[in-house]
Amino acid sequence: MLKTKTMTSLVTALALSLSSYSVLAESMQQEDSEKLGLKISTQAKLRDTGWSDNTSDMTMLLRNKQGQESIREIKTKTLELLDDGDKSLTIFNKPRDIKGTSFLSFSHPIANDDQWLYLPSLKRVKRISSRNKSGPFMGSEFSFEDLSSFEVEKYSYNYLGDDTINGLDSFMVEQFPVDENSGYTRRIVWLDKAEYRVQKIEFYDRKNSLLKTLSYSSYQQYLNKFWRADSALMVNHQSGKSTELKWDNYAFKTGLVDGDFNRNTLKRAR
Amino acid sequence: MNKIKSNFVLAIPLCLASLLPQTTVADEFELSGRLGLEQRYFTEQGQFEHQLEHSQTSVFIEPEFYWGWNKGSDSLTFKPFYRQDSVDDERSHGDIRELSYIHASDDWELRAGIRREFWGVTEFQHVVDVINQTDGVEDTDGEDKLGQLMVNLSLVRDWGIIDMFLLPGFRTRPFVGEQSRFRSELLVDNNNISYQSSKEDNHLDVALRWSQSLGVFDIGSYWFHGTNRDPILTPVTEGNNTKLRQYYNQMDQFGFEVQATVDDWLWKYETIYRTTDIEDFWAMQAGFEYTYVGAFNSTADLGLLIEYGWDSRGEGNEQSQGANVQNDIFFGSRLALNDMQSSEMLIGFGADLDHNAFSFLIEANRRLGENFTVSLDVRLLQSNDAYDPLYSFKNDDHFQLAIEYYF
Repeated sequence: MLKTKTMTSLVTALALSLSSYSVLAESMQQEDSEKLGLKISTQAKLRDTGWSDNTSDMTMLLRNKQGQESIREIKTKTLELLDDGDKSLTIFNKPRDIKGTSFLSFSHPIANDDQWLYLPSLKRVKRISSRNKSGPFMGSEFSFEDLSSFEVEKYSYNYLGDDTINGLDSFMVEQFPVDENSGYTRRIVWLDKAEYRVQKIEFYDRKNSLLKTLSYSSYQQYLNKFWRADSALMVNHQSGKSTELKWDNYAFKTGLVDGDFNRNTLKRAR
Repeated sequence: MNKIKSNFVLAIPLCLASLLPQTTVADEFELSGRLGLEQRYFTEQGQFEHQLEHSQTSVFIEPEFYWGWNKGSDSLTFKPFYRQDSVDDERSHGDIRELSYIHASDDWELRAGIRREFWGVTEFQHVVDVINQTDGVEDTDGEDKLGQLMVNLSLVRDWGIIDMFLLPGFRTRPFVGEQSRFRSELLVDNNNISYQSSKEDNHLDVALRWSQSLGVFDIGSYWFHGTNRDPILTPVTEGNNTKLRQYYNQMDQFGFEVQATVDDWLWKYETIYRTTDIEDFWAMQAGFEYTYVGAFNSTADLGLLIEYGWDSRGEGNEQSQGANVQNDIFFGSRLALNDMQSSEMLIGFGADLDHNAFSFLIEANRRLGENFTVSLDVRLLQSNDAYDPLYSFKNDDHFQLAIEYYF
């Protein structure tokens, strides 16, 4: 009797430890996929570090469900900072009514960015709130956060597996925004294994439904190191609208310095 | 003969080129600008004789010529403006908004010529903005300014930006003619202007400003010495014709402004202390702007603004002109749809807390296609205090529709 009882408790104990082992194994797996997701994303950031500064011209083609189109022409100058987020100057050329409007941003990985807007009609520099991360950028399908620089600290990660995209063997990494003002619950990012270039991103809204898909195409390599896409297409699945991005005149290490990013340069940016 | 001629023709561009640093001819030229058609409709008859009945039409052009060289380190901008009005000859006017040269170096900039310089953070009133004269015939909101001749040296330092201004050549404020609305019963004489300074409109005004961003704060402070941009208006009778004559005294003005940008809140404060031979006073405008991002479960932004304006001179009475804004509160709401056409609407309401005077405005605008914008403004005014500056405008409620073409 005593023996049986001991047996039973032994079996129970064993079962318990077995089940706790499987829970442990699962959490180990979870931890591994988190680590792997972080590792992949850190590697992607590392490979795109050291470009110092760059300038480019960007054209946005906005298209609504009815096929109506509108163009935005934007020039950007960016200074890479290794100990903080990047500094950037964005200058609008089209539509014509906002020509000369420019935007200065000091981004920070976790804290709110510092942003100023210059309105040429009033010759006024306005400090603006950078909390508006989820709002549309110039009526496009890109939100402000979609266009901000990628920083590892902005997300927590989860490696989902491998996939083939654009004919390239790729990682799939789930990214969860740290910032509660983000418009997304998560994004799924496809990065090719060979060069860690973002090939595709799926954005999930606050209700965790698929909102948008961003696809990059025609990557070119600059300075034998840095990859930049010639174009990208953002499709909003919920509204049927889309925005096409094209980049021209990419230049790296152009000699921009900190002094090129202040309220004075904002006022005369062209 | 032919040779001389061709030599001469060659010499012109050579001479011009030698004027430019490093003898490089402008490597960038841009022509842009806007053309506009504006239609106003006043709902009531005017209070005063000769004022237009209901309709006022005008057209305007404002091109901008830009030349840049040395990778944009040197540039020249020319921006003339002209408006032709259907009823008021005073409102048909031209101005050089900008004709200026800029040289930018690593940590300093020199700006010389006719320019516009804006200071301040608030929305309903700009008490610290002082450099340029108000273009009083353009609109009633005081946001349109005349070009001001200046030499401005700007130094960028770790502890802020220092701007030094030399301002020769004072601009007097243009006032509307007798056919126009938005005037007092007595017309303001745009000639026969007098000054405190013996140099009259050639007094050399100076200003020194420091501005800096410190964390969430954007701060600016300045001292201005020179001709007061606000005229003192005094009735003068010649024969049986009484007009208001403009007199400009000398002033010293200290100004300070700060904005704190904290999450979705913008906290704003600006103040001046002005001293003249006639009076010394303080004025300030303070308030906040809060933005609901993604209002109504959409991609629209809804901004709410509240500002309060105060002036130590108090309200006008039999003895003194007083201040326009002396104990006034302003409420505003700004809706930006963030759509392809950048549709926006601003609703504003201002009330004088000392007496019964209100103003209400709606400004709505959107883009049409790629190169046009259309805007509709509605302004309603109410005042029952004869000493209130708004009292003269109490019958001037109007709608304004404007179409602008950008090139």
